[in-house]
Amino acid sequence: MAQLNVNPTRMELTRLKKSLAVAMRGHKLLKDKRDELMRQFLDIVREAKVLRENTEEKLSAANRSLAVAGSVLQREVIDSALLLPKQEVTLEVGTKNIMSVDIPVFTSKLRSKSQGDMFSYGYAFTGGDLDDAISELADVSADLLKLAELEKAAGLLAGEIERTRRRVNALEYVMIPNYQDTIRYITMKLDEADRSNTTRLMKIKDMMVAERITKEN
Amino acid sequence: MYKIGVIGDYDSICGFAALGLDIFPTEDLESAKQTLTRLAAGGYGVIYVTEQYLGKMPDEQAEYAEQQTPAIVAIPSVKEKLGLGRAALKRYVEQAVGSDIIFNEE
Repeated sequence: MAQLNVNPTRMELTRLKKSLAVAMRGHKLLKDKRDELMRQFLDIVREAKVLRENTEEKLSAANRSLAVAGSVLQREVIDSALLLPKQEVTLEVGTKNIMSVDIPVFTSKLRSKSQGDMFSYGYAFTGGDLDDAISELADVSADLLKLAELEKAAGLLAGEIERTRRRVNALEYVMIPNYQDTIRYITMKLDEADRSNTTRLMKIKDMMVAERITKEN
Repeated sequence: MYKIGVIGDYDSICGFAALGLDIFPTEDLESAKQTLTRLAAGGYGVIYVTEQYLGKMPDEQAEYAEQQTPAIVAIPSVKEKLGLGRAALKRYVEQAVGSDIIFNEE
């Protein structure tokens, strides 16, 4: 039984009843928010999990191809082939709103549309292994970007869910019981005052009647 | 307009240069941390970091976790696979749900 430190007055009682109604409504809304956040979050996490596994698999494959290319070619050849790219990627960040959590949406823009432009070198001095490695990496880059988006969304949603859950619990197990206890306490106190007032009035009436009787005799 | 950056040891990330991403080869953890801070402040929306480095900078990771950008993504390096990305997802689930209900089935 934990009650707030208030005076047991009628005014306080009305105020508390209003607060309780607000708290109940807030609790219901936050609970709905938490449930919906959780649903969205689990969808995103499941998707991210699958994508993460596939992407890592593909990246490892690309790295293997690159290692093969590296074993055939001299490092200087690879460096000069890769380090002056024709292609350039820029990123646009939009936002998506999931239950008032802003989630970034990434879209990448390539400078040139042509697929062939990812090969920034002539084919004369390099082998097919390097081409394979680069095209595998190009395939995986879209997945990586999607993965960045999903993992970011998962992180942001997880934070928001934790906060919402705290609020729901605070309302459910602290605020609302406190209000209810205090309201009960004030009601009882007021009832008690009422009863003691009634008994006092009855007592006084008895005394007055007794006084009149003795006077008349 | 944002850019995409890649941080890691040269062998693991050189391929990304051909795709037009900006690569930042680093040899040690300290310079990787500095590069990450610099990129995060310098208009990079997505930063890929190899697991070797990312695993050793939890503070930096936590700092950007609550911000919309940059998104920091773990990528496996040539040498080994640590499964950091999976671990991060697992942690998110634990944070949100209270216990892990997605990854414990395997």
